[in-house]
Amino acid sequence: MGEDLILRVEKLHKSFGGVQAVLNVSFNLEKGDLLGIIGPNGSGKSTLVNLITGFVRPDSGKVFYHGKDITAKKPYTIANLGIARTFQMPMPFHELPAFKNLIIPLCAPRVKKIRGGKYGERDDIAIDLLEEVGFERDSAVPFKTAGSLPHGYLKRLELAQCMALQADVIILDELFSGMSMAEVASTLPIVEKLKTEGKTLIMIEHRLKELFRIANRVMVLNFGQKIAEGLPNEVMENEGVKKAYLGSEV
Amino acid sequence: MTRNLRKDKGSDTTYRKERLDRCIKARSDTIYALSSYREALYLLFPRGVTIVGLLVLPLLLPEYWTKVLVMTCVVALLALSWDFIAMAGMFSLGQTLFFGVGAYLAGALNYYLHLSPFFTIPMGTLGGAIFCTILILPVLRLRGIYFAMVTFVLPLLLIRIIEMTGIFGGVEGLSALSPLPNLWLAAYLIIAVFLVCLFGYRRLMDTDYGLILKGIKNNDLAVMSRGINIYWYKAQALLIGSSAAAFAGAFVTHHYRFVGLPAFSMDYTILPIACTVVGGPGTFAGATFGAFILMPLTELLRAIGTWRVVLYSFFMVVFIILVPEGIFHYLQRKYHQIERLVKTE
Amino acid sequence: MLGMLIYGLINSAVFMLMAIGFSLTFGISGVANFAYGAFYVTGAYIAWQLINTLGLSLVISIIVSAIITGLFGALLYWFVLFRIRGLLLSEIIATFGIGIGMLELYRSIGLSGHSYKLPTLVDGSIEILGVYVDYQRLIIIGVAAVLVFFLWFFSHHTKMGLAFRGIAQNERTSLAFGIESEFTAMVSMGMGCCLASLAAAVIIPLSLIQVEEGSNVLILALAVGIVGGMESIAGVILGSLIFGYAQMAVATYFNPHYTVIVMLATILIVLVIKPSGLFGKFKELEERV
Repeated sequence: MGEDLILRVEKLHKSFGGVQAVLNVSFNLEKGDLLGIIGPNGSGKSTLVNLITGFVRPDSGKVFYHGKDITAKKPYTIANLGIARTFQMPMPFHELPAFKNLIIPLCAPRVKKIRGGKYGERDDIAIDLLEEVGFERDSAVPFKTAGSLPHGYLKRLELAQCMALQADVIILDELFSGMSMAEVASTLPIVEKLKTEGKTLIMIEHRLKELFRIANRVMVLNFGQKIAEGLPNEVMENEGVKKAYLGSEV
Repeated sequence: MTRNLRKDKGSDTTYRKERLDRCIKARSDTIYALSSYREALYLLFPRGVTIVGLLVLPLLLPEYWTKVLVMTCVVALLALSWDFIAMAGMFSLGQTLFFGVGAYLAGALNYYLHLSPFFTIPMGTLGGAIFCTILILPVLRLRGIYFAMVTFVLPLLLIRIIEMTGIFGGVEGLSALSPLPNLWLAAYLIIAVFLVCLFGYRRLMDTDYGLILKGIKNNDLAVMSRGINIYWYKAQALLIGSSAAAFAGAFVTHHYRFVGLPAFSMDYTILPIACTVVGGPGTFAGATFGAFILMPLTELLRAIGTWRVVLYSFFMVVFIILVPEGIFHYLQRKYHQIERLVKTE
Repeated sequence: MLGMLIYGLINSAVFMLMAIGFSLTFGISGVANFAYGAFYVTGAYIAWQLINTLGLSLVISIIVSAIITGLFGALLYWFVLFRIRGLLLSEIIATFGIGIGMLELYRSIGLSGHSYKLPTLVDGSIEILGVYVDYQRLIIIGVAAVLVFFLWFFSHHTKMGLAFRGIAQNERTSLAFGIESEFTAMVSMGMGCCLASLAAAVIIPLSLIQVEEGSNVLILALAVGIVGGMESIAGVILGSLIFGYAQMAVATYFNPHYTVIVMLATILIVLVIKPSGLFGKFKELEERV
């Protein structure tokens, strides 16, 4: 079990001014897990991801990846070690065409080590990747400027960027939010495929039905604290979780 | 946009402007093997004119205007430098920093160590670029105006330090430095370097490396999250960009055989920005264009003395407001696209 | 020692006055007016014209000049900034260019020399705790205090002032709240220029009207804003105090020539360590982590 432990998060603490965003959160992640992180808005889920991936420095606590301490390292260092993430509000490169958006992760040192590749080859890899996430290959969509793509495409573009990075751990921050039912239905198999390929995933989601179909473990945050962890069904039976989502009336 | 709608007098039809790529552009855009001489000529024409024109001009112009050509290339190099650094997302108000450091380094090497220009100029270029990059390293993480402020303040600081401590000749500067062999060699040297920079920078920005720089300019957080060390790339961009400016400085030192406090003058910051603004930022050709318009114009207006600066500012402001994309983009559009009026329902 | 304290305070007040208008436009409202230095000098020239050509009294000239300069600033916004609002770098380049153009214009017309002097409001001096201070300098402190207080009150408690802060923080939301951002920005620019003119009217009597003063004032206003934090009034106060006393200290204990180096070095150090300034909160302008 020890060798399978990819990510270990210990007692992360972060306050912004007077607001306790993340309070004493710890969890473990094993290889092949698909951990869902759920909780009402403002419960600190995105902050937790920021803390793990180096975008925000924690006040205290540690993050271990493959046993190495990666707390407060720079985001690009962490990405090169193999942890990729998407953003809740998609952040594409607005002025570049969609497939060029993927060339940037393909130039990262990590990918160069694994894949190599020179100018020209990367274009093809990029277009293949786009097809994998559901962009229609023969249409003009991959060549459109990223800034003009609709929301669902942008989210999938972010997913493609994580895949381009050849990451071992992919953290998806509300991938399905803002997607239509059809888009979710077509994206779900892609995520499942990533899981079968051996990647470890963390998904922050509000759409619990879809999440519970693919997650094997779920963690619930409320007001920055972890209030439950376990199998999806068990967690939903938890009184605290119900109160958090539905309110404490009655 | 109602601006583009035109009503035919007397009739009820409205027209709107439509822009289409010319057929020849569409044909020659993505294929590597051009299928006709006409297409090859279409692509080569603008570039060819520039190269051939610049190489031939020194032979045709009288000496006075050759000197003007040299200074134009100097300013054009500075503009290229500014444009390149801007394309990596850094807005610099201190090209004069790179220019001055390159100038002083070359001058000092020549004055104190008696090295010939063939050594001092390359060393001034490289040394200047490295020195300035190291100087700016601590503030690479700043954005926008704060970065610009630092680049603005640094040359002022260096001026005062030189004034105070009197090193490198202090207020009087270093004079009687070795000259370049003759005017024509000087002209061709700078023209060659300019052309190399122009086409080199363009080519660089077309590659994946350039894509990373553009990405950094667009959205640096996203680039960071994809595993790229943006500070390393920014530093590289600074190094590459400032080399052109440092070369310009080293060159001018030997061209005028003098280096002093004027090497850090505000002119070397404002001129390139004005040229790039007029010509159009974002494509190096625009900066070139702007330089080759503004500098000869300046010479022609030399008679009016200090009103020059007033005119520059006026020019710059008018262009920023009315033609924010710059002249070059406008011309490029005309060259590549046709406009026509199309009936709307 | 006491003399240094008092003169340092006066110096700080001078800097504070110079920086206030710029902080109002750029720091609080987010409108870049890099022609600020030029407006400072313009205000002085207009006042001079009013006094010498039209023979108006000093106080009236100051007020009228302030109004005219303010209107001039608003016009500048209307014709120039209006079209490029939102592109910060274009705003900076455009206003900077106009500022330099104006200053060079004045230099070319020949508006410099000993004849261009503004009279002081009150002549004579007073002895405070053994130190001679002239009234004009005391007036400077007074005016600075009043204007800073006014600025604080205005930006925190009046509708227009809050609108200024609103458009800086989020223009779209302000529009949604019914704040006309264009008009607000124009007013902000006008007020900034107005304050510049008032500052000039009070400070310039200490010496002459000089065109170089224009560039110096801009750099100083920027410096005070950067060190103290652009959008915070406390920052402006603190920044001015720091620069005011630093300049005094360096000039007294070291070489007066070193003052500029010290000031420039201070700017650099602050920019490297805490770019948003000592009291500033504009974290978007620097990288995170």
